[in-house]
Amino acid sequence: MTLFGFSRAQTIAFGILLILIVVSPLVLYPIFLMQVMCFSLFALGCNLLMGYIGLLSLGQAAYFGMGGYITAYAVQSLGVTPEIGIVLGGLTGAALGTVFGWLAIRRTGIYFAMITLALAQMVYFFAVEAPFTGGENGIQGVPRGKLFGLISLNHDMAMYWLVAAIFIAGFLLAHRIIHSPFGQVVKAIRENEPRAISLGYRNEQYKWLIFILAGAFAGVAGGTKSLVFGIATLTDVHWPMSGEVVLMVLLGGIGTTFGPIVGALIVIAMENYLASFGAWVTVIQGAIFMACVLVFRRGVIGEIGHRLKQAL
Amino acid sequence: MTISRRSLIGTATAVAVAETLPRVPARAATPSLTIGVCSDFSGPYQDVGGNTSVACVDQAIAEFTASHPGMSVQVLKGDHQNKPDVGAEIARRWFDQSVDLLIDVPNSAVALAIAGVAKDKDKVFINSNAATSELTNKFCNADTIHWTYDTYMLAHSTGGAMVKSGGKKWFFITADYAFGHLLRDQTEAVVKAAGGTVVGDVDYPFPSTTDFSSYLVQAQSSGADVLGLANAGKDTVNSIKQAHQFGLTKTGIKLAGLLIFLNDVNGIGLDIAQGLILTESFYWNMNDNTRAFTKRVLPRTPNNYPSMGHAGCYSGTLHFLKAVNEMGIANAKKSGAGIVEQMKKMPTDDDAFGKRSIRVDGRFMCPAFLFQVKKPGESKIPWDYYNLLATTPAEEAFMPLSEETCALIKA
Repeated sequence: MTLFGFSRAQTIAFGILLILIVVSPLVLYPIFLMQVMCFSLFALGCNLLMGYIGLLSLGQAAYFGMGGYITAYAVQSLGVTPEIGIVLGGLTGAALGTVFGWLAIRRTGIYFAMITLALAQMVYFFAVEAPFTGGENGIQGVPRGKLFGLISLNHDMAMYWLVAAIFIAGFLLAHRIIHSPFGQVVKAIRENEPRAISLGYRNEQYKWLIFILAGAFAGVAGGTKSLVFGIATLTDVHWPMSGEVVLMVLLGGIGTTFGPIVGALIVIAMENYLASFGAWVTVIQGAIFMACVLVFRRGVIGEIGHRLKQAL
Repeated sequence: MTISRRSLIGTATAVAVAETLPRVPARAATPSLTIGVCSDFSGPYQDVGGNTSVACVDQAIAEFTASHPGMSVQVLKGDHQNKPDVGAEIARRWFDQSVDLLIDVPNSAVALAIAGVAKDKDKVFINSNAATSELTNKFCNADTIHWTYDTYMLAHSTGGAMVKSGGKKWFFITADYAFGHLLRDQTEAVVKAAGGTVVGDVDYPFPSTTDFSSYLVQAQSSGADVLGLANAGKDTVNSIKQAHQFGLTKTGIKLAGLLIFLNDVNGIGLDIAQGLILTESFYWNMNDNTRAFTKRVLPRTPNNYPSMGHAGCYSGTLHFLKAVNEMGIANAKKSGAGIVEQMKKMPTDDDAFGKRSIRVDGRFMCPAFLFQVKKPGESKIPWDYYNLLATTPAEEAFMPLSEETCALIKA
């Protein structure tokens, strides 16, 4: 089985995923599903960093949030069509990733995490103060507009199919990146960096590129989310968001293909359906995080894959 | 009994899946309405909104359904956590699940976001607790009504009174976000129009600031007569307490808290708050009607007396139910803008605000009362905090239509 480099089990799982995407809006609230897909995309990018090259970034919210702001601004104030807006969001994430990555990849471990956090806080401050972001108000009332200038996205289901298409494309791209020769080198660096260097690979360039890709994924995810909800706010650029995406990746299964999606589903479902507990949501999240780290460290998908002896 | 890890995960998954299934609302025999109270239930505005707002909505429903048994009304509550995106998400989900009225919403940023969603979904939004006058100005729409008060009213009532009583030189401490800036700018305009000057102005980071000492020292050395506090909630409480500790009031600087609720005064305590000048459009101990209303609602909220925002939730819900009843529920459910139009046609009448009306831009027209906080010795009964100083009639309390850019005015 060589479809996009999927193994047999992965092909089956992908088939199930496609069926779920088609069937679930008949049963579940489409906005909730769109939110899950946006965050899945965000988590897929984060997983590239965490799962495949072994760099824990605590600043992913910067790319997610700024992607959202740029998409919202471009669609609302510059009047571009939504697909261009989302592309601009992705480019913003990639551009920020290029600059920040250049600096951050010079260190690893806790130093890397702190540098990404510090840079992300600068972006947060920028978002608070810059006039175009609207400060505490955010950019509100962002129109969804017409796809390619033709198809109105105002109906939730029209928007749903667009988000689904972006999500599937992003998912396949992430999978393709990992299973390319480039991805093999990336994993080699994760496993044994000095050895990869001694084999002649320029490890910093590989890290940099993965960092940029993670930024681009976050930017596209943030941009798409801002169109779904018609709003781009400080929440998406604030540091708890960076922690949330790390939680999604850990819960779903770090370094797995489907893990980030399951992780995003679990975290977003908790936030939505436990919202009536107010501040307890974070406590519950914390408890689940600890349970995950102590009991099933491979995450949901990682654990299932381990039992089935399959890479999922 | 041992629980295997597999069964544990299985159960957890089943619960998670069951949770995500949509809840099909039970078909009630009587025609039913749903009202969602979206407020701050855990943050700095929980005392001025929160559960007391829900109590007031419940009270209005109880009173109305007692005389109209053919109607059943369900109440939902949601915590917006002071985040515009969370608020907009709640509003979108509620309106999609056939919530007919969304009410309360302290925090201007969240209120503006929800007003946009209400317009998109054509459902009624009554804002009772947010300050921004933009809700009926630049961002007005046919589905939104702004009830109790706004920044323009606060600036003119409190600001105007302070200038008149001789406070000519002002120093502002401003919460650095849209609401704070708007409140400061509108007050500044009032001060300048009355011949006063602004000698200084400092913005502090919102919402992370709890220590106001450096700003208070600046105010003290600026030579100002009046310290204008363009902030709200716990920020106002903290800045007033700290101003007291720094002895600002002893050096002759008067404090102008531009947005203070009864619940904030309760939090500050009369020994510090005494003498403060503030504006509200409702005070529970004002007359027999307001006392009667408060007596009825208190069993639902025994530890927190209603302030103007809460009373607005009561008054708004009651008027909404009257309008829907007038139109017939099936007819009313067709369009939120239709209900709002009906609400604008009918005069309002309730114990909290008396007989009032709603203006074309969605502004609820009520007089603004200027109060002074009592000295500890003057307060005879619990929560008896205010002396009435002056009343601004509704027509002067709010921004004249001729100054507004609301699109509904021309239509």
